Amino acid sequence: MIPALVTLLVFQLFGEVVTRGLGLPLPGPVLGMVALVLTMLAFPKLAAAVRPTAQGLLAHLSLLFVPAGVGVVAHLGVLRQEGAALMLALIVSTVAAIAVGALTFTAVARLAEGRKNG
Amino acid sequence: MADAALIWSYLTREPLLWLTATLIAYWVGDAAFRASGRKPYVNPVLIAVAALALVLKGTGTPYATYFEGAQFVHFMLGPATVALALPLYTNLAQVRRAAFPMLAALLAGSLTAILSALAIARALGVDASVLSALAPKSATAPVAIGIAERMGGSPTLAAVLVLTTGIIGAVVATPLLNLLRITDWRARGFATGVAAHGIGTARAFQVNETAGSFAGIGMGLNAVLTALIAPPLLALFL
Repeated sequence: MIPALVTLLVFQLFGEVVTRGLGLPLPGPVLGMVALVLTMLAFPKLAAAVRPTAQGLLAHLSLLFVPAGVGVVAHLGVLRQEGAALMLALIVSTVAAIAVGALTFTAVARLAEGRKNG
Repeated sequence: MADAALIWSYLTREPLLWLTATLIAYWVGDAAFRASGRKPYVNPVLIAVAALALVLKGTGTPYATYFEGAQFVHFMLGPATVALALPLYTNLAQVRRAAFPMLAALLAGSLTAILSALAIARALGVDASVLSALAPKSATAPVAIGIAERMGGSPTLAAVLVLTTGIIGAVVATPLLNLLRITDWRARGFATGVAAHGIGTARAFQVNETAGSFAGIGMGLNAVLTALIAPPLLALFL
Protein backbone atom coordinates (compact mmCIF):
# COMPACT_ATOMS: atom_id res chain seq x y z
CA MET A 1 0.00 0.00 0.00
CA ILE A 2 2.84 2.41 0.81
CA PRO A 3 4.61 1.98 -2.58
CA ALA A 4 1.23 2.44 -4.33
CA LEU A 5 0.47 5.61 -2.36
CA VAL A 6 3.96 6.90 -3.06
CA THR A 7 3.42 6.23 -6.78
CA LEU A 8 0.13 8.18 -6.83
CA LEU A 9 1.62 11.08 -4.86
CA VAL A 10 4.80 11.21 -6.96
CA PHE A 11 2.76 11.39 -10.18
CA GLN A 12 0.53 14.07 -8.67
CA LEU A 13 3.61 15.99 -7.56
CA PHE A 14 5.08 15.65 -11.07
CA GLY A 15 1.81 16.96 -12.55
CA GLU A 16 1.62 19.91 -10.17
CA VAL A 17 5.27 20.92 -10.71
CA VAL A 18 5.09 20.65 -14.52
CA THR A 19 1.71 22.42 -14.94
CA ARG A 20 2.70 25.23 -12.60
CA GLY A 21 6.23 25.44 -13.99
CA LEU A 22 5.02 25.71 -17.59
CA GLY A 23 1.90 27.72 -16.67
CA LEU A 24 -0.46 25.13 -18.22
CA PRO A 25 -4.20 25.57 -17.55
CA LEU A 26 -4.45 21.81 -16.83
CA PRO A 27 -4.96 20.64 -13.20
CA GLY A 28 -1.78 18.94 -11.97
CA PRO A 29 -3.45 15.63 -11.05
CA VAL A 30 -4.86 15.28 -14.61
CA LEU A 31 -1.36 15.50 -16.09
CA GLY A 32 -0.25 13.07 -13.37
CA MET A 33 -3.02 10.66 -14.46
CA VAL A 34 -1.98 10.85 -18.14
CA ALA A 35 1.68 10.36 -17.19
CA LEU A 36 0.76 7.34 -15.05
CA VAL A 37 -1.20 5.70 -17.92
CA LEU A 38 1.80 6.14 -20.23
CA THR A 39 4.20 4.81 -17.58
CA MET A 40 1.98 1.77 -16.97
CA LEU A 41 1.99 1.04 -20.73
CA ALA A 42 5.79 0.95 -20.59
CA PHE A 43 5.94 -0.98 -17.28
CA PRO A 44 2.81 -3.17 -16.92
CA LYS A 45 4.09 -4.40 -13.52
CA LEU A 46 3.37 -0.95 -12.11
CA ALA A 47 -0.37 -1.37 -12.83
CA ALA A 48 -0.50 -4.57 -10.76
CA ALA A 49 1.31 -2.87 -7.88
CA VAL A 50 -0.97 0.19 -7.84
CA ARG A 51 -4.26 -1.64 -8.50
CA PRO A 52 -5.45 -2.57 -4.95
CA THR A 53 -4.82 0.90 -3.50
CA ALA A 54 -6.22 2.69 -6.55
CA GLN A 55 -9.38 0.57 -6.48
CA GLY A 56 -9.82 1.19 -2.76
CA LEU A 57 -9.51 4.93 -3.32
CA LEU A 58 -11.86 4.95 -6.34
CA ALA A 59 -14.49 2.88 -4.54
CA HIS A 60 -15.01 5.84 -2.19
CA LEU A 61 -14.49 8.54 -4.78
CA SER A 62 -17.81 10.23 -4.08
CA LEU A 63 -16.97 10.68 -0.37
CA LEU A 64 -14.05 12.84 -1.45
CA PHE A 65 -16.17 15.62 -2.88
CA VAL A 66 -18.40 16.05 0.15
CA PRO A 67 -16.16 18.77 1.70
CA ALA A 68 -16.22 20.84 -1.51
CA GLY A 69 -19.96 20.23 -1.85
CA VAL A 70 -20.65 21.53 1.66
CA GLY A 71 -19.19 24.79 0.36
CA VAL A 72 -22.64 25.33 -1.11
CA VAL A 73 -23.47 27.10 2.18
CA ALA A 74 -21.22 29.91 0.99
CA HIS A 75 -23.14 30.18 -2.30
CA LEU A 76 -26.75 30.16 -1.17
CA GLY A 77 -27.08 33.76 -2.36
CA VAL A 78 -25.88 32.90 -5.88
CA LEU A 79 -28.15 29.86 -6.01
CA ARG A 80 -31.19 31.78 -4.83
CA GLN A 81 -30.58 34.40 -7.53
CA GLU A 82 -29.37 32.25 -10.42
CA GLY A 83 -30.47 28.78 -9.38
CA ALA A 84 -33.28 28.49 -11.93
CA ALA A 85 -31.07 29.65 -14.82
CA LEU A 86 -28.27 27.29 -13.76
CA MET A 87 -30.70 24.37 -13.40
CA LEU A 88 -32.08 24.99 -16.91
CA ALA A 89 -28.52 25.20 -18.31
CA LEU A 90 -27.57 21.93 -16.58
CA ILE A 91 -30.67 20.01 -17.71
CA VAL A 92 -30.60 21.13 -21.35
CA SER A 93 -26.83 20.74 -21.74
CA THR A 94 -26.78 17.28 -20.15
CA VAL A 95 -29.67 15.98 -22.27
CA ALA A 96 -28.10 17.50 -25.42
CA ALA A 97 -24.63 16.11 -24.62
CA ILE A 98 -25.91 12.55 -24.06
CA ALA A 99 -28.02 12.64 -27.24
CA VAL A 100 -25.30 14.17 -29.43
CA GLY A 101 -22.61 11.86 -28.00
CA ALA A 102 -24.62 8.66 -28.49
CA LEU A 103 -25.85 9.61 -32.00
CA THR A 104 -22.30 10.53 -33.06
CA PHE A 105 -20.95 7.25 -31.69
CA THR A 106 -23.50 5.10 -33.59
CA ALA A 107 -23.13 7.11 -36.82
CA VAL A 108 -19.32 6.85 -36.85
CA ALA A 109 -19.41 3.20 -35.75
CA ARG A 110 -21.75 2.40 -38.65
CA LEU A 111 -19.39 4.18 -41.08
CA ALA A 112 -16.25 2.49 -39.70
CA GLU A 113 -17.78 -0.99 -39.43
CA GLY A 114 -19.57 -0.71 -42.77
CA ARG A 115 -16.26 0.01 -44.43
CA LYS A 116 -14.67 -3.02 -42.77
CA ASN A 117 -17.48 -5.35 -43.88
CA GLY A 118 -17.95 -3.87 -47.37
CA MET B 1 -17.78 17.11 35.21
CA ALA B 2 -16.24 19.64 32.83
CA ASP B 3 -18.22 22.53 31.45
CA ALA B 4 -20.01 21.64 28.19
CA ALA B 5 -18.96 24.98 26.73
CA LEU B 6 -15.31 24.08 27.34
CA ILE B 7 -15.71 20.75 25.56
CA TRP B 8 -17.44 22.51 22.64
CA SER B 9 -14.67 25.09 22.43
CA TYR B 10 -12.10 22.27 22.30
CA LEU B 11 -14.05 20.55 19.52
CA THR B 12 -14.35 23.71 17.43
CA ARG B 13 -10.58 24.19 17.58
CA GLU B 14 -9.64 20.69 16.46
CA PRO B 15 -10.20 19.03 13.06
CA LEU B 16 -11.49 15.81 14.68
CA LEU B 17 -15.15 16.82 14.97
CA TRP B 18 -15.77 17.85 11.36
CA LEU B 19 -13.69 15.04 9.91
CA THR B 20 -15.85 12.57 11.86
CA ALA B 21 -19.05 14.41 10.92
CA THR B 22 -18.11 14.25 7.20
CA LEU B 23 -17.61 10.49 7.34
CA ILE B 24 -20.82 9.92 9.32
CA ALA B 25 -22.86 12.08 6.94
CA TYR B 26 -21.54 10.17 3.93
CA TRP B 27 -22.18 6.85 5.70
CA VAL B 28 -25.80 7.85 6.30
CA GLY B 29 -26.18 9.05 2.69
CA ASP B 30 -24.72 5.81 1.35
CA ALA B 31 -27.04 3.73 3.57
CA ALA B 32 -30.05 5.68 2.24
CA PHE B 33 -28.81 5.14 -1.34
CA ARG B 34 -28.54 1.36 -0.78
CA ALA B 35 -31.91 1.21 0.98
CA SER B 36 -33.57 2.93 -2.01
CA GLY B 37 -32.27 0.21 -4.34
CA ARG B 38 -29.58 2.60 -5.67
CA LYS B 39 -31.98 5.08 -7.24
CA PRO B 40 -29.94 7.79 -9.05
CA TYR B 41 -31.89 10.64 -7.43
CA VAL B 42 -31.12 9.35 -3.90
CA ASN B 43 -27.54 10.51 -4.24
CA PRO B 44 -25.34 9.82 -1.18
CA VAL B 45 -23.19 12.91 -1.72
CA LEU B 46 -26.23 15.17 -2.03
CA ILE B 47 -27.65 13.76 1.22
CA ALA B 48 -24.32 14.15 3.03
CA VAL B 49 -23.89 17.72 1.76
CA ALA B 50 -27.43 18.72 2.74
CA ALA B 51 -27.09 17.18 6.22
CA LEU B 52 -23.73 18.85 6.89
CA ALA B 53 -24.95 22.20 5.54
CA LEU B 54 -27.90 22.06 7.96
CA VAL B 55 -25.62 21.15 10.89
CA LEU B 56 -23.24 24.01 10.05
CA LYS B 57 -26.13 26.45 9.83
CA GLY B 58 -27.72 25.10 13.02
CA THR B 59 -24.51 25.37 15.06
CA GLY B 60 -23.44 28.67 13.46
CA THR B 61 -20.17 27.08 12.33
CA PRO B 62 -18.35 28.93 9.52
CA TYR B 63 -17.37 26.90 6.45
CA ALA B 64 -13.67 27.68 7.11
CA THR B 65 -13.90 25.95 10.52
CA TYR B 66 -15.62 22.95 8.97
CA PHE B 67 -12.97 22.76 6.25
CA GLU B 68 -10.16 22.58 8.86
CA GLY B 69 -11.40 19.08 9.58
CA ALA B 70 -12.73 18.15 6.14
CA GLN B 71 -9.52 19.13 4.35
CA PHE B 72 -8.06 15.66 4.99
CA VAL B 73 -10.84 14.11 2.92
CA HIS B 74 -10.64 16.90 0.32
CA PHE B 75 -6.89 16.38 -0.04
CA MET B 76 -7.42 12.83 -1.30
CA LEU B 77 -9.11 14.18 -4.48
CA GLY B 78 -5.67 14.72 -6.05
CA PRO B 79 -4.33 11.18 -5.56
CA ALA B 80 -7.79 9.81 -6.53
CA THR B 81 -7.63 11.70 -9.84
CA VAL B 82 -4.22 10.17 -10.52
CA ALA B 83 -5.70 6.76 -9.61
CA LEU B 84 -8.24 7.16 -12.46
CA ALA B 85 -5.26 6.16 -14.63
CA LEU B 86 -5.88 2.55 -13.64
CA PRO B 87 -9.38 2.00 -15.14
CA LEU B 88 -8.29 3.96 -18.21
CA TYR B 89 -5.21 1.72 -18.60
CA THR B 90 -7.30 -1.44 -18.03
CA ASN B 91 -9.80 -0.48 -20.76
CA LEU B 92 -7.24 0.70 -23.29
CA ALA B 93 -7.75 -2.36 -25.53
CA GLN B 94 -11.44 -1.47 -25.88
CA VAL B 95 -10.51 2.14 -26.58
CA ARG B 96 -8.25 1.03 -29.45
CA ARG B 97 -10.97 -1.22 -30.95
CA ALA B 98 -13.58 1.55 -31.12
CA ALA B 99 -11.18 4.47 -31.42
CA PHE B 100 -12.96 6.44 -34.16
CA PRO B 101 -16.53 6.34 -32.82
CA MET B 102 -15.16 7.15 -29.37
CA LEU B 103 -13.06 10.12 -30.39
CA ALA B 104 -15.91 11.55 -32.46
CA ALA B 105 -18.46 11.03 -29.66
CA LEU B 106 -16.02 12.41 -27.07
CA LEU B 107 -15.46 15.62 -29.03
CA ALA B 108 -19.13 16.06 -29.93
CA GLY B 109 -20.45 15.27 -26.44
CA SER B 110 -17.89 17.33 -24.56
CA LEU B 111 -18.26 20.39 -26.82
CA THR B 112 -22.07 20.17 -26.63
CA ALA B 113 -22.00 19.94 -22.84
CA ILE B 114 -19.72 22.93 -22.32
CA LEU B 115 -20.99 25.23 -25.08
CA SER B 116 -24.72 24.70 -24.52
CA ALA B 117 -24.42 25.15 -20.74
CA LEU B 118 -22.41 28.36 -21.12
CA ALA B 119 -24.69 29.72 -23.88
CA ILE B 120 -27.91 29.12 -21.90
CA ALA B 121 -26.51 30.46 -18.64
CA ARG B 122 -25.13 33.55 -20.33
CA ALA B 123 -28.35 34.20 -22.24
CA LEU B 124 -30.22 34.05 -18.92
CA GLY B 125 -27.88 36.62 -17.42
CA VAL B 126 -25.81 34.38 -15.11
CA ASP B 127 -22.82 36.24 -13.69
CA ALA B 128 -19.46 35.77 -15.45
CA SER B 129 -17.80 34.56 -12.21
CA VAL B 130 -20.32 31.69 -12.06
CA LEU B 131 -19.65 30.67 -15.69
CA SER B 132 -16.10 29.53 -14.83
CA ALA B 133 -17.54 27.11 -12.25
CA LEU B 134 -20.17 25.94 -14.77
CA ALA B 135 -17.86 25.23 -17.75
CA PRO B 136 -16.24 22.02 -16.41
CA LYS B 137 -19.48 20.57 -14.95
CA SER B 138 -19.50 17.42 -17.11
CA ALA B 139 -16.00 16.38 -15.98
CA THR B 140 -15.56 14.13 -12.95
CA ALA B 141 -15.68 16.14 -9.71
CA PRO B 142 -11.99 16.08 -8.68
CA VAL B 143 -10.98 17.24 -12.15
CA ALA B 144 -13.79 19.80 -12.49
CA ILE B 145 -12.87 21.29 -9.12
CA GLY B 146 -9.25 21.59 -10.26
CA ILE B 147 -10.26 23.13 -13.61
CA ALA B 148 -12.61 25.67 -11.98
CA GLU B 149 -9.87 26.66 -9.54
CA ARG B 150 -7.38 27.18 -12.38
CA MET B 151 -9.90 29.36 -14.28
CA GLY B 152 -10.60 31.52 -11.25
CA GLY B 153 -14.00 29.96 -10.55
CA SER B 154 -15.26 28.78 -7.19
CA PRO B 155 -14.29 25.14 -6.53
CA THR B 156 -17.19 24.63 -4.13
CA LEU B 157 -19.77 25.96 -6.60
CA ALA B 158 -18.19 23.74 -9.27
CA ALA B 159 -18.63 20.72 -6.97
CA VAL B 160 -22.35 21.44 -6.56
CA LEU B 161 -22.88 21.96 -10.32
CA VAL B 162 -20.96 18.75 -11.11
CA LEU B 163 -23.07 16.73 -8.68
CA THR B 164 -26.31 18.12 -10.08
CA THR B 165 -25.17 17.35 -13.65
CA GLY B 166 -24.36 13.77 -12.67
CA ILE B 167 -27.74 13.24 -11.07
CA ILE B 168 -29.60 14.74 -14.07
CA GLY B 169 -27.59 12.52 -16.44
CA ALA B 170 -28.22 9.37 -14.40
CA VAL B 171 -31.96 10.07 -14.25
CA VAL B 172 -32.50 11.00 -17.93
CA ALA B 173 -30.02 8.68 -19.72
CA THR B 174 -32.12 5.52 -20.00
CA PRO B 175 -35.45 7.10 -21.10
CA LEU B 176 -33.64 9.53 -23.42
CA LEU B 177 -31.57 6.86 -25.17
CA ASN B 178 -34.63 4.60 -25.50
CA LEU B 179 -36.50 7.48 -27.09
CA LEU B 180 -33.65 7.95 -29.57
CA ARG B 181 -33.77 4.17 -30.28
CA ILE B 182 -30.04 3.74 -29.63
CA THR B 183 -29.41 0.06 -28.93
CA ASP B 184 -25.59 -0.03 -29.05
CA TRP B 185 -24.55 -0.43 -25.38
CA ARG B 186 -21.14 1.05 -26.15
CA ALA B 187 -22.70 4.25 -27.51
CA ARG B 188 -25.21 4.50 -24.66
CA GLY B 189 -22.58 4.04 -21.96
CA PHE B 190 -19.90 6.18 -23.55
CA ALA B 191 -22.19 9.19 -24.09
CA THR B 192 -23.48 8.93 -20.51
CA GLY B 193 -19.95 8.83 -19.09
CA VAL B 194 -18.85 11.85 -21.14
CA ALA B 195 -21.89 13.94 -20.13
CA ALA B 196 -22.48 12.76 -16.57
CA HIS B 197 -19.09 11.47 -15.24
CA GLY B 198 -19.02 9.06 -12.26
CA ILE B 199 -22.69 9.27 -11.29
CA GLY B 200 -23.69 8.54 -14.90
CA THR B 201 -21.12 5.73 -15.01
CA ALA B 202 -22.50 4.13 -11.85
CA ARG B 203 -25.98 4.27 -13.42
CA ALA B 204 -24.69 2.74 -16.68
CA PHE B 205 -23.16 -0.18 -14.75
CA GLN B 206 -26.57 -0.88 -13.20
CA VAL B 207 -28.13 -1.15 -16.65
CA ASN B 208 -25.46 -3.09 -18.55
CA GLU B 209 -21.84 -4.19 -17.96
CA THR B 210 -20.59 -3.06 -21.39
CA ALA B 211 -22.38 0.29 -21.05
CA GLY B 212 -20.71 0.70 -17.64
CA SER B 213 -17.16 0.09 -18.80
CA PHE B 214 -17.63 2.38 -21.82
CA ALA B 215 -19.07 5.03 -19.52
CA GLY B 216 -15.94 4.75 -17.37
CA ILE B 217 -13.75 5.28 -20.43
CA GLY B 218 -15.87 8.26 -21.51
CA MET B 219 -15.54 9.80 -18.06
CA GLY B 220 -11.74 9.35 -18.05
CA LEU B 221 -11.24 10.76 -21.56
CA ASN B 222 -13.57 13.70 -20.95
CA ALA B 223 -11.68 14.59 -17.76
CA VAL B 224 -8.58 15.16 -19.88
CA LEU B 225 -10.41 16.83 -22.78
CA THR B 226 -12.39 19.21 -20.53
CA ALA B 227 -9.18 20.27 -18.80
CA LEU B 228 -7.76 21.18 -22.22
CA ILE B 229 -10.77 22.86 -23.90
CA ALA B 230 -12.75 24.44 -21.04
CA PRO B 231 -10.40 27.46 -20.59
CA PRO B 232 -10.40 28.52 -24.29
CA LEU B 233 -14.17 27.87 -24.64
CA LEU B 234 -14.91 29.87 -21.49
CA ALA B 235 -12.89 32.77 -22.90
CA LEU B 236 -15.44 33.00 -25.76
CA PHE B 237 -18.19 33.81 -23.25
CA LEU B 238 -16.42 36.35 -21.04
